Amino acid sequence: MQYLVSVIDRTSSSATSAEMTNIDAFNDELRGGGHWVFAGGLGAPSTATVVDGQGADAKFTDGPFVETKEWLSGFWIIEAHDLDVALKLAAAGSKACNRRVEVRPFL
Amino acid sequence: MGEAIARAHHEEWARVVATLTRQFGDLDVAEEAAADAFATAVERWPADGVPPNPGGWLTTTARRKALDRIRRESKRDDKHRQAQMMYDDVERDSVSAVDDERLRLIFTCCHPALAPEARVALTLRMVGGLTVPEIARAFLVQEGAMGQRITRAKAKIKAARIPYRVPSADDLAARVSGVLAVLFLIFNEGYLASGPESDPVRHDLTAEAIRLTRLLRELMPQDGEVAGLLALMLLTEARRAARVSTNGELVTLDQQDRGAWDAALVAEGHRLVRERLATGQAPGRYQILAAINAVHTATGDVRDTDWSQIVALYDQLARLDPSPIVALNRAVGISELHGPGVALAILDGLQSALVDYHAYFAARADILRRLGRIEESRAAYDRAIGLAGNTAEAAYLTRRRDQLGQ
Repeated sequence: MQYLVSVIDRTSSSATSAEMTNIDAFNDELRGGGHWVFAGGLGAPSTATVVDGQGADAKFTDGPFVETKEWLSGFWIIEAHDLDVALKLAAAGSKACNRRVEVRPFL
Repeated sequence: MGEAIARAHHEEWARVVATLTRQFGDLDVAEEAAADAFATAVERWPADGVPPNPGGWLTTTARRKALDRIRRESKRDDKHRQAQMMYDDVERDSVSAVDDERLRLIFTCCHPALAPEARVALTLRMVGGLTVPEIARAFLVQEGAMGQRITRAKAKIKAARIPYRVPSADDLAARVSGVLAVLFLIFNEGYLASGPESDPVRHDLTAEAIRLTRLLRELMPQDGEVAGLLALMLLTEARRAARVSTNGELVTLDQQDRGAWDAALVAEGHRLVRERLATGQAPGRYQILAAINAVHTATGDVRDTDWSQIVALYDQLARLDPSPIVALNRAVGISELHGPGVALAILDGLQSALVDYHAYFAARADILRRLGRIEESRAAYDRAIGLAGNTAEAAYLTRRRDQLGQ
């Protein structure tokens, strides 16, 4: 079972070096436990481009799809047997990056 | 016959649902098959007689119904069968000290990833066996909305793969306390029923909460907080008949006819509290609350109440739970022990935290009344009446206000 662990943030590219060290250590734990699938940090919402390819010509629009006070600033995709395992890992991830996270199952 | 079926429903529903959930890895299948099995019992038992082992009969019948349904649906719907199979390995590896199917069911229904109101509804449906219309009525919610709430919770359990198991030892205490919170919520909704249309005490809910807590106690006899919550509920329930007057008004503890208390429930509650004290283990929140209620119910005359003991217990509770509500209750004990003046000073410090809490203003009104500060007392009663959600409480507060002199 795979879960998306999204990092909820209010500022962009704001991880301190201590946080980065903790995140690296947490990533190593994920790999060691066989839970690692993928992870990454994201640029600020202001760097986003919305693309609509539904029509004949693709349309490109500047800016995030919705303006929000909080947004996704990074994520992990983890492999876990069930939600209890995923929640435990997410709690450790939240501690490492010093931010709240949201856990959602992949279909 | 109706009685035999009702008894079987009370005693066996949770076990049938729990066993089928384990076997089929699907709460929906288990719930519907259990309902089918009980419907079959209603048809067949009057003619065939009650089977010698009703639980076994119901489980076997439910399993057959579930298999029929899965066979029907997997022909139609291959996806459903695949979802089913995802659960096959759910339980293989976990071995826990307490191993009863019903315990898994309880922990799954009270999982912290579900919204509190969903936990309550799911527990009443899957463990308690209440119907959706019954649960909807109990919480004054439309039937459709309550059905949705339960369906969504079950869908989340499936999609997010909330496991069907008793939590491991290092999570157990926290998860048990989550289960107890759900049971206490059910009890309190019965005991302090809110809403202008509602009866002041909903006996169906308090009785159901006690039944479920008894079940949990049977499954986890060593857990002190489970025993504590059961004792707290019993000692509260024991006073039910004396707590609301014939004209629908709340009767406070000091005014209650103690002869109308249920002596058997009081005795059982006291026995549980003594049992916990004898273990010498540090008590948790529910055990302390139970002990406070044991002191309140220990004498035939309110004037004999041991207030120093009550204040000492609140001191102990405040160390575990430094919430303003605990501090408020402690202050009421202080007013009996050291007088209203001392208590008022404590209440002053709590006002900003409890500015929306009717019990704060009710306590304040009473203490101001005892200090002879009538106008301030009246204002506090007004405030308390405006905030009270329970009809019997509002009626009581209104009379007290109207009895204030000039």
